[in-house]
Order: sequence, then C-alpha cells, then structure tokens
Amino acid sequence: MNVALFITCYNDTLFPSTGKAVVQVLERLGHTVTFPAGQTCCGQMHWNTGYQIEALPLLPRFVAQFEHAEAVVVPSSSCVAMMRDHYPMMAERIAAEGEDKTLPERVAKLLPRIWEFSEFLTKKLGITDVGAYYPHRVTYHASCHGLRGLGLGDGPLSLLKSVRGLELVEISNLEQCCGFGGTFAIKNAEVSSAMLAEKTQAVLNTGAEQCTACDNSCLMHIEGALHRQRTGVGTKHIAEILAHTEADAAAEANNPVEVTV
Amino acid sequence: MSRVPLDPRTAPSFQTAAKVLLGDAQLRKNVRHATDVIQNKRRRLVEEKHDWQQMRESGRQIRAHALQHLDIYLAEFERNFTAAGGHIHWARDAAEAQRIVIDLVKQTGTSEVIKIKSMTTEEIQLNNALEAAGVHAFETDLAELIIQLGEDQPSHIVVPALHKNRSQVREIFRKKMNLPNLGETPQDLAEAARQFLREKFLRVPVAISGANFLIAETGGVCIVESEGNGRMCLTLPETLISVVGIEKVLPSWQDLEPLIQLLPRSATGERMNPYNSLWTGVHPGDGPTNMHIVLLDNGRTDVLADHEGRQTLQCIRCGACQNACPVYRQTGGHAYGSVYAGPIGAILTPQLMHMEHSQSLPYASSLCGACYEVCPVKINIPEVLIHLRNKVVEQNGWYAPESLAMKAVAQAFLSEKRFRAAQRLGRIAESPLVKKRKQNKLQVLGQEEAQTPGWIGWLPGLLGGWTDTRDLQAMPKETFRDWWEKRNEKGSNRT
Repeated sequence: MNVALFITCYNDTLFPSTGKAVVQVLERLGHTVTFPAGQTCCGQMHWNTGYQIEALPLLPRFVAQFEHAEAVVVPSSSCVAMMRDHYPMMAERIAAEGEDKTLPERVAKLLPRIWEFSEFLTKKLGITDVGAYYPHRVTYHASCHGLRGLGLGDGPLSLLKSVRGLELVEISNLEQCCGFGGTFAIKNAEVSSAMLAEKTQAVLNTGAEQCTACDNSCLMHIEGALHRQRTGVGTKHIAEILAHTEADAAAEANNPVEVTV
Repeated sequence: MSRVPLDPRTAPSFQTAAKVLLGDAQLRKNVRHATDVIQNKRRRLVEEKHDWQQMRESGRQIRAHALQHLDIYLAEFERNFTAAGGHIHWARDAAEAQRIVIDLVKQTGTSEVIKIKSMTTEEIQLNNALEAAGVHAFETDLAELIIQLGEDQPSHIVVPALHKNRSQVREIFRKKMNLPNLGETPQDLAEAARQFLREKFLRVPVAISGANFLIAETGGVCIVESEGNGRMCLTLPETLISVVGIEKVLPSWQDLEPLIQLLPRSATGERMNPYNSLWTGVHPGDGPTNMHIVLLDNGRTDVLADHEGRQTLQCIRCGACQNACPVYRQTGGHAYGSVYAGPIGAILTPQLMHMEHSQSLPYASSLCGACYEVCPVKINIPEVLIHLRNKVVEQNGWYAPESLAMKAVAQAFLSEKRFRAAQRLGRIAESPLVKKRKQNKLQVLGQEEAQTPGWIGWLPGLLGGWTDTRDLQAMPKETFRDWWEKRNEKGSNRT
C-alpha cells in the first residue's frame, strides 16, 4: 500500500525519531511511504485554544497535500481526533463563506482514509505482530483523544502484547488525563502539574522502565516530570517500540553508556 | 448567618483561586474521596443498563427538542399551571426574581422560610437578598444546612458540601447548634440535623424550592431528592414558591421516563431517587394552597440564541461531569467562582454572564472528554469550551501578547519555507537555555550525572509555568523532514 505520512508539526520538530520509527515499521511490513513536503500542521493548537480564524486556512492546505493518498498515517491520536471532530464543520464554514465550495465533499472523502498509526496497523491492516523485539518492562498510557476521541480501545495493547521480550504492566489510572491539554499545561500550570503528579505516581508504581502511548504530546508531559524527578524512567512513542528489533538490541549492547564529568 | 455568596462578577480567575485551593490537603482529600465513591456507584449502575447509550440519546433529543420550541412549551406550561390553581411570575434577571420572591413572602406576613436545595436560588443569591429584606431562610437539605451554618459556599451542584468531611461537619454543628457533646457517627450528625430542622418544618409557613422538571402538557412540577426534607417542604407549608430556570420545561409527562432514570444513576449512583415528588396545582386539604413559580431567565435566552452554546441548557444538573473531571477533582468547586462548578460550570457560567465575566473558565479544562462521556444528555462540553475560548480570544483583541504569538505561529504553518525557518529559529532561541554537555567523556557505569545535558530546566515568562514542575527536552538537531530529505538524496532503502 502507498502510505502518505503526516508527521504532524510537533513530531517533525521535537520527535523525529518517532517519524523514523513509523517509516521503519511500515516499510518492514512492505508498504511504500511518501512524505508530502508541503505539510505543516493540522491546526489543533489554534482551534482548541480559541484561534479558529487562524486554524481555518490550515484545512485546505492539508487537504491539498493529502487528498490523493491511498492512506494517510498520523502518529498522533490528538491530531487525528482534531481532524475527525472538527474538519467537517470547518470545511462547511469555509464553504459557507464562499471560499471553496468543494471542500466539504473533499474532506468527507479524505477522512475515512486517515488513520492514527496504531489503528492503521490493527484496524486497517488487521495485524498485531509487527516483528518487534523490545526486552523491557513497559506501561501504556491511553491518551484521552485516543481513548475517548478515536476509541482505540485495546488496539495499542494488542500491538504491545505481540512484541517479543516486552513485559506489559497495566497502569492503575489508565483512563485519566495526564494534565497536558495543550496550552492548558501552561495556562493552568498548577492544576496541570497536580494531575501530572498522579499520572507519574501511577507510572512509577508499575515499576516500568518506559511509559508508552500513541501521542508524543502526553509523553512529553509525562517525561518532563519523570526527568525533573530523576526517576530514570523514560517515555517512548509506541512506533519506536514497534520499530525495535533484535538487531537494534544487539547494536545497543555494543555501545556502553557514556557518562559526562 | 449571612455569608459572601459565590459571585462570578467578583471572583478571582480560576488560575488564581486554584493555586490557593491546591494547597488545602484536607479539601483535596475530601473531594477525591466523595467523587470516587459517587463515580464507582454510578459506573456499576450504568454498566447494568444495557440500553444506557440509547437512553442518553433519548434524553438528549427530548431536551434539545424542548429547547428548540421553548417558547411554545413555556406558554403551555403557564396555561396549565395557572389552570391548576398556581401563579406564574416571569423574572428577567436575578434582581427581578429576588424582588418577586421577597414580595410573595412579605404578603404572607412571615419573616421565615424553609428551603429545599436549589442551585437556581444560589445562582440569584436569594438567601442574602431575603436576609437584607428581613426574612430568614432555613436550608433543610443536610448539605445546604452544613454550608449555611458553616457560612460556606456550595462546591458541587448535587453534593454541595462534599468538600467537608464528617469531623468538620461535627465541629460546625457543635458550634452552631450549641451541642458541645455531639458525637461524630453519621447517626449522631443526622439526628442533630433532624432535631434542628423538625421544629422548623412544623412552624414555618412558607417554603422555597427549585425544580428538576416542569411538564408543559399538565402544568406539573417534579422534584427529586434523597433526604425527605423536600417532601416536608412541599407538603407542610401553606405557601410554596419555586424558582425555576426557563430551560427546565419538558413537553410531556412521558418525557420523564428516560430522564428520571438517567438523573439518579448519573447524580448519586442510585437506580431511583428515594423521594420523587410530582404535583400539579392546588388541591384543597392536600399540601400548599398558595403556589407560585418564578420562571427565571437571567441570561438563558442569550444562551439559547447561540447555536453552538445552546446545548448547555440541556443540562439536568446531575453533576456527573464534576465527579468525572480531573480538573475539578484537584481543586473542588470553589475555584470556579460560581455555584455552577466543574465542566458544566465552565460552559454555563460565562454564558449566563454574557461573556462579561468568568473568561478564565473555558480554559479550566484539559479537554480530556471525560465530562462528555458521562453526560446523561450528551452535552458535548469540550466542543462548547472550544467555542467559548474563541469568544474570549475575540474579546481580548488581536493585540494581546498571546494572540500575536499565535498569529505568528499560524503564519509559519502556511508555508513549508516559513515553517522550516520557524523550526530553525526555535532551535536558536532555546539554545542558551539548554544544559550543555561538557567536553570530557568518561565511561563510568552506575554513576549518576549531576548535569542532564540536552534538557531545559527553566523557561521565561508564561512558558515558565511548564518548567516550574517539568523539564523539557531540547529540540533535536535534525527535524524529521531534514532527515527524510537526506535519506532520499542517498536513495538508501527506497523503492
């Protein structure tokens, strides 16, 4: 299958390793990955913070970049939720303002071909074992937009359960928000931190080495606190775990940890 | 015994109030415990209902339909309630509602009233207005009594005193009921309240209530409750004055069927409320002979006129969104500066205030969606929050610092070239803040580093909210699109 990757603006800038992992997994499964160069942002940050006027022009831009793709894969559950929840209405609004009457129909045709990365594997391709090897204790955080917005359910867990060597430990407050919420983490930093404290406590209680999710925004938040507290526990996007193989493990074993003095 | 009521016009911003409340360990423990208990009960009862989702959809449709044709159903209710011997009063705002109620009470010649828990009367600050007019109101709902005696404020629409625990309640009762030897078992406290209230039920001739539903086709009124204090207030006094928001009307008696199942399961985790009172007008020798309803607008018509905000009025005041909200569960209700706290308060209060106050409330949410998931009438609270945020941004003007920054970022997203420039600029801007790796490298396994290179521990200005409690990883040297381009140039691994 020809898969167009929408990397998302923050993954492009902050988490390129996730994008590389997505490419690796999809190519390993025999698919061809393309990267439309004009892509930027889905508009989520602006839309959710109250800047609808600024978010609107990003929609026709996105549609033009991806409407001819066989499938669009996005390694971010919140960006996909943004598209499914708001793009139809945004397109109607643009059309109503007389700018592009064709947009609602084009969005309606494109949306069913847009997949969050884990759901592309489990729902579109119908596979759970992608040939990964990751010999670590891992816990999974169900991001709100993945859980309630996209209804990912057990999909990501079934992918993780098929990873050889991986010990999956369930977190106690799986359905609870980590407190990120985009600009909420800054506008309401105190409450956000209190919510995060509960989430990191639950992560630590699992005894996991890594916390994974389908959304790097939650992971950036969780890791921010795990690192501040020097817990030694890290975070990894699910794509990076699924990309990991026996060969990677062997290469890591030959590279001892470097310590700075 | 008067207290300062929660008033969105004078309340501090959510952020400011939350900061203070987060420091109250006892309050947070109480709120956590109470919301956990209710949520667990609710979850069990929802799971046993196999048609829960269909019932939610019925509830939504009934409420949305009633709001769509509110003018018709309100007029029908007025006709039928009046024909059944009651009196209808229309109040444009809180001040007008207060005046109507005070006049009605004065006409009876009494200076005391008993009250059933009513958030609508809290909204219009009725107790304070009555007090100023020389009328004393006795709250008869246990939680409202605790709030009133403690000179406190409600923090939840169903369980207004959930921020207080048993020993705190005992202290309030000991002091205010003059019971120095009061025990602290639930039985002791309930008995004290019973003794305190019983005499008032028998003596006071006027009761004031809200209502859960009005039924247009019959002119009927419905109140559900758990303690029986409501039933006492609805049957013993001669005069009953109910203050009801105009949105509470239902077209028909049959519409109660799903709603009266959705409400108790969502609100208190009960299959049915212990007391369900429904009455239609005056019946000689049976209950109050003098019956009034004050139909309150107080901003509701404006909410109704807003296509995207309208669904807010579908609310049946179950409080499930409050119990489920991870923000409310940290701060409790007082941070919202309104009797309507939590997610529903965050959308209702600013709209009732015509967006002139409470502008911080639409931002008091991480948009996690837990509220929408539990709402028995499917109010898409996150969607309304976003809608209201847009209004706040419009109010703040294009020249607000945040607005300028957001517009600049939006411009960058409109072209690949500009986006790449912004990525480079970001890396340059953050570089002085990133902890640097020192030159000498030493392989010492098991030795912890004092420095953590590649991380940011401090950010300036607004962004400092992040680094107060969280680190931030520095931007990698190469973006994904840079890597992709290089990879394609090399032509490695590509088909």
